[in-house]
Amino acid sequence: MNFLAPIGNFTLGLLAEIGRIFIFAWEAIGRGVAPPYYWHQIGTQMLRIGYNSLPVVGLTAFFTGGALALQIYEGGSRFNAENLVSSIVALGITRELGPVLAGLMVAGRVSAAIAAELGTMRVTEQIDALVTLSTNPMKYLVTPRIIAAVLTLPLLVLVADIIGIMGGYLVGTRSLSLNGGAYIKNTVDFLTFGDVSSGLLKAAAFGFIIALMGCYHGFHSKGGAQGVGRATTNAVVSASILILAVNYLMTALLFTGK
Amino acid sequence: MVKMSNSNTAKDHIVLKDVHKSFGPKHVLNGLNLTVKKGHSMVVIGGSGTGKSVMLKSILGLLHPDSGSILIGGRDVTGMKGAKRDEVLSHFGMLFQGAALFDSLKVWQNVAFGLMQGKGMNAKDAKEIAIEKLHQVGLGSDVGELSPAELSGGMQKRVGLARAIAGDPEIIFFDEPTTGLDPIMADVINDLIVDCVKRLGATTISITHDMASARKIADDISMIYKGQILWQGKAGEVDNSGNAYVDQFIHGRADGPIQMDVFKA
Ligand SMILES: Nc1ncnc2c1ncn2[C@@H]1O[C@H](COP(=O)(O)OP(=O)(O)O)[C@@H](O)[C@H]1O
Ligand SMILES: [Mg+2]
Repeated sequence: MNFLAPIGNFTLGLLAEIGRIFIFAWEAIGRGVAPPYYWHQIGTQMLRIGYNSLPVVGLTAFFTGGALALQIYEGGSRFNAENLVSSIVALGITRELGPVLAGLMVAGRVSAAIAAELGTMRVTEQIDALVTLSTNPMKYLVTPRIIAAVLTLPLLVLVADIIGIMGGYLVGTRSLSLNGGAYIKNTVDFLTFGDVSSGLLKAAAFGFIIALMGCYHGFHSKGGAQGVGRATTNAVVSASILILAVNYLMTALLFTGK
Repeated sequence: MVKMSNSNTAKDHIVLKDVHKSFGPKHVLNGLNLTVKKGHSMVVIGGSGTGKSVMLKSILGLLHPDSGSILIGGRDVTGMKGAKRDEVLSHFGMLFQGAALFDSLKVWQNVAFGLMQGKGMNAKDAKEIAIEKLHQVGLGSDVGELSPAELSGGMQKRVGLARAIAGDPEIIFFDEPTTGLDPIMADVINDLIVDCVKRLGATTISITHDMASARKIADDISMIYKGQILWQGKAGEVDNSGNAYVDQFIHGRADGPIQMDVFKA
């Protein structure tokens, strides 16, 4: 029966951790609605999270859109469905790949950066210093980052959608000799508002996860530089896994109920 | 120096009663008792890892004691949270062991932080006060525009000091203000502390293992050992304490009743 003990311990540990994360999120958001509001912090964080992520998100979307076009063309040609390239690229990018890839790339960049920054502030006692200066560190550090990420990720994903579809268009017209006018017309005719908005909704959820994981692990890091390193890794890993899991859940909820 | 002749009639400003604090199996504070009178400068001496910083953080509410009580000006602040705690903290200034300056902000913004965020002062007035406080610790207005990473350790401590006194607090804590500084800079910091405290008439607790510093800034000295106050007396009495632990500490001898846990993890 000994082998059950580690499983039990692991489960209890996991449940306790989930509980702590919920309390943390409540402290940041539930109580964050009361003043003071740090508008300047929100603006700064939006720039850092959004603007600085544009190149990496754009490149990812571009190459993925292109590769998707190639695959669908190649696969579709087996049953003469090459003309579906434009619509499937548009659907795949807006519903799934745009939000998921942007989410994962930003998780790597931003969760890590937030965890490292807050972790360093924790181990150098800057967070304690905030408290002694009558400033609530949750409201000053955590709430603005979460709000900024929730607002910014949908914008990033919108950009990713456009660039991803462009990638598919370029590959489709340049290397697969599809007709450019027809490609665009098919995309526009086929794509619905729901396809795009569901992806943007996912993006907002991923933004929440990214900032929450970065803040949570950074805030609770201990033990000097090594602890900050551990917090950074944990933030990226947990944010990535949560993004994939929540993406599945949201896909199931948004698309299979109809 | 901040000597007070009427020490017997002065009121108790900070009182710790039987405070216990453990981290897991590790008992850091073991029934610590300490009383600091209003307007007095208390210096707490003791070896590394004996719980000096934990004691200060418990008073500030950054750590929560497992048991015991902490009174500030007669009011029990143990376990106090939220707006009440903020109100209590608005009377405190703290110089952290590593200065703990916000490295994303300029030096003057660091000094002005408590005034702007905590007290809601506008940036222009707060900057004026910040520059004035920087002058008080011997730094020019040009330093205000630098970022903390551009400063030497001694300058960072001075900025930390300026930030601690910016709100004209009634109580100031100095956590190892001279550790890691050369003897001359250490003495400069000591003078600044004595000077600031005299100007504000504040109650202070300073933590140090630098005896020169202790002699210079203390009205009273306490020695902490294994999470308890082992000896307390006037600054002048420390050389004739008749306490073997205190003697060993102030003379920095390796042998004596204090055994360093050098072979423990
Ligand atoms: N947040 C914490 N978590 C766990 N252990 C801690 C924490 N803070 C301090 N300690 C431990 O408590 C002991 C006393 O620490 P501290 O008060 O910082 O010592 P010092 O007297 O040198 O200031 C140390 O052994 C330290 O490892
Ligand atoms: Mg210490």
